[in-house]
Amino acid sequence: MNNVSQEGLLDWAGPLLEGAVTTLEIALLAYAIGLLLGLIGASARLSPWAPIRGLATAYSTAVRAVPELLLIILLYYAGSQALTALTNALGLPGQVAINGFVTAVGVLAFVQGAYMTEVLRAAILAIPRGQLEAADAFGFSAWTRFHRIIIPAMLPNALPGMSNLWLILIKDTALISVIGFSELFFTVQQAAASTRAHFLFYAAAGVIYLAMTLTSTALFTRLERRVRRGQPIREEA
Amino acid sequence: MDFSWLQDPFYQEYLIEGFINTLWLLAVSAVGGLLLAVGVAMARIKGPRPLAWLAGGFSTVIRGTPLLVQLFFFYYGLGRLLEGIPGVQDSFIWPLLRDPFFYGALTFILSVGAYSGEVIRGALVSVPYGEREAGRAFGMGPFQVFARLWLPRAIQLCLPTLTGEMILLLKSVPLVSTIALMDLLQAANIIRDETFLVYEPLMLIAGIYLALTVVLTLVLRQVERHFPGMQPTRRRWLPLRDTERAPCRH
Repeated sequence: MNNVSQEGLLDWAGPLLEGAVTTLEIALLAYAIGLLLGLIGASARLSPWAPIRGLATAYSTAVRAVPELLLIILLYYAGSQALTALTNALGLPGQVAINGFVTAVGVLAFVQGAYMTEVLRAAILAIPRGQLEAADAFGFSAWTRFHRIIIPAMLPNALPGMSNLWLILIKDTALISVIGFSELFFTVQQAAASTRAHFLFYAAAGVIYLAMTLTSTALFTRLERRVRRGQPIREEA
Repeated sequence: MDFSWLQDPFYQEYLIEGFINTLWLLAVSAVGGLLLAVGVAMARIKGPRPLAWLAGGFSTVIRGTPLLVQLFFFYYGLGRLLEGIPGVQDSFIWPLLRDPFFYGALTFILSVGAYSGEVIRGALVSVPYGEREAGRAFGMGPFQVFARLWLPRAIQLCLPTLTGEMILLLKSVPLVSTIALMDLLQAANIIRDETFLVYEPLMLIAGIYLALTVVLTLVLRQVERHFPGMQPTRRRWLPLRDTERAPCRH
């Protein structure tokens, strides 16, 4: 065993903290965009118009059938090349280099959107028909019906799935390290390689991720209690 | 699109090896993981308190950290630690401890054990107590009640969720390419490095995974259909991933 380096966990605390913040930023942004994509996807899957329905089904099916890591690598290369082709077509010469942060967010949001589509679709389908008919009977416009009735009525059904997706997203951010963007896990890999304290740093990474997921679980439990206010207490199976 | 490299026997060999390793890893992790899952579930339900806590902590930690971090922890962290123990390198288990396959399988077995353990626990708890009492009344021993009544009834309740977990397992397999284990993705990466093609190998792998997912889903649906006492489930061919927290409501 050689102890060339005397660097320890404390020397790396700063970079690790920075990495953790970057990870959270990526996750939050990707979640927000994924939520939007999911809403669009779910509306499209429930649309009366067959081509739109088919498109949304193809998106959510293809993304859910291919491993995330593969998708992330594929989209990472495809994304920059597609943008280069696009700008070249617009008459701008040169190569587009996308910033790693944007790629990370974009790729994760794209994957997240597919799963969110399914969660939201199921939640919307679970709204009793009568409530929507009542909204129509009261003369609500489509938009008012959407944000006054569909969203609040769907949230209690969607929240368990949404909370799971958030936890999965936090864990999936670690995959971004594979394309070499410096988020938490990439920093941990560098720290482990430079100090040779692999066991220590990977355990530390685990603790940081665990802290994030446990905090999120607690927050989502409170949020769920809030959106379920006024509902009868569910019977536990 | 240039797929001429597919003619090259070297690359074919990589792909075949990757394909076999992927399936082999899937099979080992599924069998080992489900056995562990039953153990974890029973430890949480019936185990003495320290064991129940241990099992609960195990499943919280595994489910709360990224699979990639676990894989690196076991391969680089634990692997290097074991390497440093004097005498290990001469012992008969060294070839096993040096093999990335061992660490990949270990990580996936623990992962399936934790995720499916929760699913099976939920199902075991949902089996009406009266059925187990009926077993006792027929003169079955506690083990017989478990093996012939309690567990099969629980599996009936959560089989669709478990098959979903297996598909998620299939989709985690490419992670092992990061620890230099020759799976399909690693084969594609080697081909990409040598041919300077960016997409084609990746797209081939994506296609293979798409096909594998479809085949595995069809196979698992047959398993579901032929499991004694199962009603054929609705047409649901991809896991929705919203079953981690609320398993097996029926």
